[in-house]
Amino acid sequence: MSAGAQSRPGPAPHGPPARSGSGDGAAIEADGLTRRFGDFTAVDAISFRVERGEVFGFLGANGAGKTTAIRMLTGLLSPSAGDARVAGHDVYDEPEAIRRSIGYMSQRFSLYEDLRVRENIQLFGGIYGLPDRTIRERGDRLLTDLGLEHAAEELVASIPLGWRQKLAFSVATLHEPEILFLDEPTGGVDPITRRQFWEMIYRAADEGTTVFVTTHYMDEAEYCDRISIMVDGRIGAMGTPRQLREQYGVPSVDELFLRLVRPGSDARHPAAGPLDAGGMGGAA
Amino acid sequence: MSVAAVDAEGLVKRFGKETALGGLSFSVEPGEIFGFIGPDGAGKTTLFRILTTLLLADEGSARVLDLDVADDFWALRARVGYMPGRFSLYPDLSVGENLSFFAAVFGTSPSKQEDLIGPIYSQIEPFRDRRAGALSGGMKQKLALSCALVHRPEILFLDEPTTGVDAVSRREFWDLLDRLREQGLTIVVSTPYMDEASRCDRVALIQDGRLLGVDAPGAFGARYGHPLVAVRGPDRRHLPEILRSWEHALSAYPFGETVHVTDRRPNLDPARVAEQVHDYLASRGIESAEVRPIEPGIEDVFIARMGEAAGTSSGASAGAAS
Repeated sequence: MSAGAQSRPGPAPHGPPARSGSGDGAAIEADGLTRRFGDFTAVDAISFRVERGEVFGFLGANGAGKTTAIRMLTGLLSPSAGDARVAGHDVYDEPEAIRRSIGYMSQRFSLYEDLRVRENIQLFGGIYGLPDRTIRERGDRLLTDLGLEHAAEELVASIPLGWRQKLAFSVATLHEPEILFLDEPTGGVDPITRRQFWEMIYRAADEGTTVFVTTHYMDEAEYCDRISIMVDGRIGAMGTPRQLREQYGVPSVDELFLRLVRPGSDARHPAAGPLDAGGMGGAA
Repeated sequence: MSVAAVDAEGLVKRFGKETALGGLSFSVEPGEIFGFIGPDGAGKTTLFRILTTLLLADEGSARVLDLDVADDFWALRARVGYMPGRFSLYPDLSVGENLSFFAAVFGTSPSKQEDLIGPIYSQIEPFRDRRAGALSGGMKQKLALSCALVHRPEILFLDEPTTGVDAVSRREFWDLLDRLREQGLTIVVSTPYMDEASRCDRVALIQDGRLLGVDAPGAFGARYGHPLVAVRGPDRRHLPEILRSWEHALSAYPFGETVHVTDRRPNLDPARVAEQVHDYLASRGIESAEVRPIEPGIEDVFIARMGEAAGTSSGASAGAAS
């Protein structure tokens, strides 16, 4: 343990055990990571590195292998070949250590709707192994930050969806994980909450948390420090959004996505095409 | 003048204490693609279930194809196609069996409807013997659309057909809808993706069971009422916050690689606003920002009207107040 060298800004009176343990390497390092199901290769020897504190967008078409890759990186599925280290831990030998070092949130499952807001905080705090006092303190701070003090005793099912997603994000960071995996965290969320959500992501990244995020909103791809686009189990492109736009000579990540996923098709609706959402990067 | 394809008047639906629909009135013209655009929980599914005769409204009335959704539901069901948001075909039947089943229920057969469903069904026909439950998301969607069309409805209700679908597949799905519209079908569709508004003839913005506006997608911008500029600059993470502290900023939100800033002063020349924003950023030590006046898109409009509906339009606090 090198807690001193890795300590982060901000008060952490009880010490952030998950954040301190893993030296100076990359947050995520994958080398030839592969997963086969029978004859089908879902993830085909992907290699990439995500730096600490980076917001990394993991894009791809449905069925391109994103979910399989995430399951391997979160220690839920063993790779068929290749290597990966997450928060300094090996995906084959230390899946438990990985799970303690990460936070995970998806659109589909995040919180127990039949439990109250505070009960969810207590439950997840307990699962993460935090002491009661820490759970109480961080839970109170979390509710204050979200302006949700008045809703602490409400059932999660009864609070508005936008809040639920923000609450889910905060609960996923309760144990101050080194890396946050967010799987379509903003699906179906209103446009204001979606943006507030990204400000939460940025705040976490500013504090040193690494964020690994998937999304179908191409404007959100532009909010990432770097993105990769998976095509048929491989990484078709990787870089900063700006680098990629310049390298491929496209006005937007949306355009690049179309070109990689459907080679040979041209943009049939260049002006009206999804994600002209008013940005300045238009074809004009 | 033909009768409206859908005519809704003051639709209200409550579930316990919750008001899912707070009095919706709108009409859909025959042959148009009409989109309901709004986030989860806005009331889209409740509305679609009322319009397809599956749920009764507590107040108000609706006519579809000039038939009352409550009184004439039996006659209406044969003429309406409905694709629910959740996959609701028989997972244990094969692709071909599902299609034949839905055709038989309506007294027809898939082969008789070849001209209508052929272009869609042909894409999944290679998998006709596969169990529907074992299809990929995109193929399930095409099968569900084929089944919703097999009785040759005059109007099609599609509840969030593109949710969770990647950007390319979404485009292709909308191309399919264009072709169906060309055959004279009226299409009512809901989506949480604002960018899909441009694929509709008219859209209704829906939030918290209320309509924030109904119009052609290109027509909303003209009534935005405030100058809007897009800013591209360094330190993107903090740029929205910096811009929100500009004295004239009504709101500042990230949009892709830019930040959209709305000036609270109406009727100002946007070019002048752009200069002022540029000067403000320079005064904050940001010299290299690029600022341009732009036309508001649907998402700008939606955000602004959400803010108004919540009784505030001061950027970050607007969403939390909803």
